[in-house]
Amino acid sequence: MKPDIKKWLAPGALLAATMCAVVFLWSTPFLWMLIASFRPDAGGGLGMASLFPDFTPTLQSYRYAIEDGYWPLWFLNSTILVTGTLVVQLVTISLAGYAFARIRFPGKEAIFYIFLLQLMLAPPVLIVPNLTTLVHLGLYDSLIGVMAPYWGSAFGTFLMRQTFRTIPKDFEEAAIIDGASWWQVLRYVLIPLSLPGLTAFSIVSVVYHWNEFLWPLMVINDPDKMVLTVGLVSFAQGAEGASDWGLIAAGTLFIMAPLFIAFTAFQRQFVNSFMSSGVK
Amino acid sequence: MNKPIRETPGSFRSARPYLLLLPAFLCLAAFTYWPMLQVLLASLSDKKRVGDSGTFVGVENYFRIFQDAHFLGALANNALYAAGTVIPSVLFGFLFALGLRETTNLSSILRSVLFFPTLVPLVGAAAVFIFVFMPDIGLLDYYLAKLGVSATNWLGNPDLALVSLMALTTWKNAGYYMLFFLAGLQGVPQDAEEAAKIEGANWLQRLYFVIIPMLGPTFAFVMVIALISAVSQIDHVIVMTDGGPNNSTSLLLYYIYQQAHEFYDLGKATAATVVTLIALLTLSFLSMRTVERKVHYET
Repeated sequence: MKPDIKKWLAPGALLAATMCAVVFLWSTPFLWMLIASFRPDAGGGLGMASLFPDFTPTLQSYRYAIEDGYWPLWFLNSTILVTGTLVVQLVTISLAGYAFARIRFPGKEAIFYIFLLQLMLAPPVLIVPNLTTLVHLGLYDSLIGVMAPYWGSAFGTFLMRQTFRTIPKDFEEAAIIDGASWWQVLRYVLIPLSLPGLTAFSIVSVVYHWNEFLWPLMVINDPDKMVLTVGLVSFAQGAEGASDWGLIAAGTLFIMAPLFIAFTAFQRQFVNSFMSSGVK
Repeated sequence: MNKPIRETPGSFRSARPYLLLLPAFLCLAAFTYWPMLQVLLASLSDKKRVGDSGTFVGVENYFRIFQDAHFLGALANNALYAAGTVIPSVLFGFLFALGLRETTNLSSILRSVLFFPTLVPLVGAAAVFIFVFMPDIGLLDYYLAKLGVSATNWLGNPDLALVSLMALTTWKNAGYYMLFFLAGLQGVPQDAEEAAKIEGANWLQRLYFVIIPMLGPTFAFVMVIALISAVSQIDHVIVMTDGGPNNSTSLLLYYIYQQAHEFYDLGKATAATVVTLIALLTLSFLSMRTVERKVHYET
């Protein structure tokens, strides 16, 4: 077979080359972070910015980062925060999404619009009154207090409504004829068929709450309840860390590591569930 | 014959949808609707701190913030910041998705690399970008110097600091928006494009007359989430600039945070929150409307 030279010279190849160049440029801050975290004498100075790795990589920055931060504690707190937020969210959005997708009831439209209002008003915008509410509820300075405002999610409800709607009604009718109650229909028919939607929501929720900074910073006072992002900032702004770029890069990579590993391992499922869930 | 369908008692059946909505609704009520009302009330009183019992002062707080140069500055900065982050990050997200569609062999690697910034926590990215923007020794200046551009004090110059923050936000968000456009592009029917091709439409014409109109709803959605994020993110301001130099990077949320937690002026903080809420709702509504008008629905 003749190699199809024309195909290689077609605009497609030019475009591929351009895309590669753009993607390389886009990745430079991240690449630099990775290189700086392995560089000896990462204290700054000329040449620190070079993207060429040194030939004597060292784990020194990682060692200092581990010694300086309370990582196990911060990891634990962030994990509790993310899990506690997600588990409750999955329940509330499935129930509400089911009601909006499958049941006819008076006031449905109006209630739906009231729900949508929250899409535009993320809790950080309402810092002041939400802190007051937490104080009144006795949830100030607790991880529950960081989670609670996110337990009802308009985005999630909307997403689950869309997802349930894409499932043919025949499946449910068949189950009902077999004597299933509404709860069994939801639990054994709709939820299993909505896994892409639930996965997509879980990804968005986990990434958001793992990386959130301002709200946990405001709610938590007790150092024992500090989460990763707040820990990173307190440690990056500490006397020793202030200009130790290798240390800051290593700390940031620590925080990202779980998300990064999960994303790399489940890349295909991740993107597919995102795309097929109707997040459009 | 079919088995009779098991029915729950009538009163429970009619209450059921409301009961299903209740858990989500209670939470939204406690942390969205109730605080909105609270903030509206507090903005009309002279409370200084959380817990004060203030007296009604009418719209005085609104007069105070609109006479406050810092607030007006934050409003203007946020408008600039919104324009300077929404437009480039949505555009890049769209172009990345379009580019990936044409480079099928490499797309999964390129897609991952473009998506990575989304996974970096904003505070971490901000800490690292302080180095990127350092004069002389920073990543940007180090390589710009090789092109003959002299050292620039990116974060220390009031004219450049906000632009630097916009660059960071665009870098972080474009990969996220790209996913929505990739999903949207999958929904563009192949035959519509083929038909345009047969009628002699070139790539640009197909893009303008077929692809973009079909992606109308995606553009609307992505623009709205980008606008919301332009008003609800301040982690990078806290870490990188503290609103400076000369308040040039003070955004609305940073102003609210400062008034409430540094100056203990709840009146100004709540009035500024109400203005922010109104701005958010208006912008989301308008961008939905504008984009929706350009959408060509299939019939």
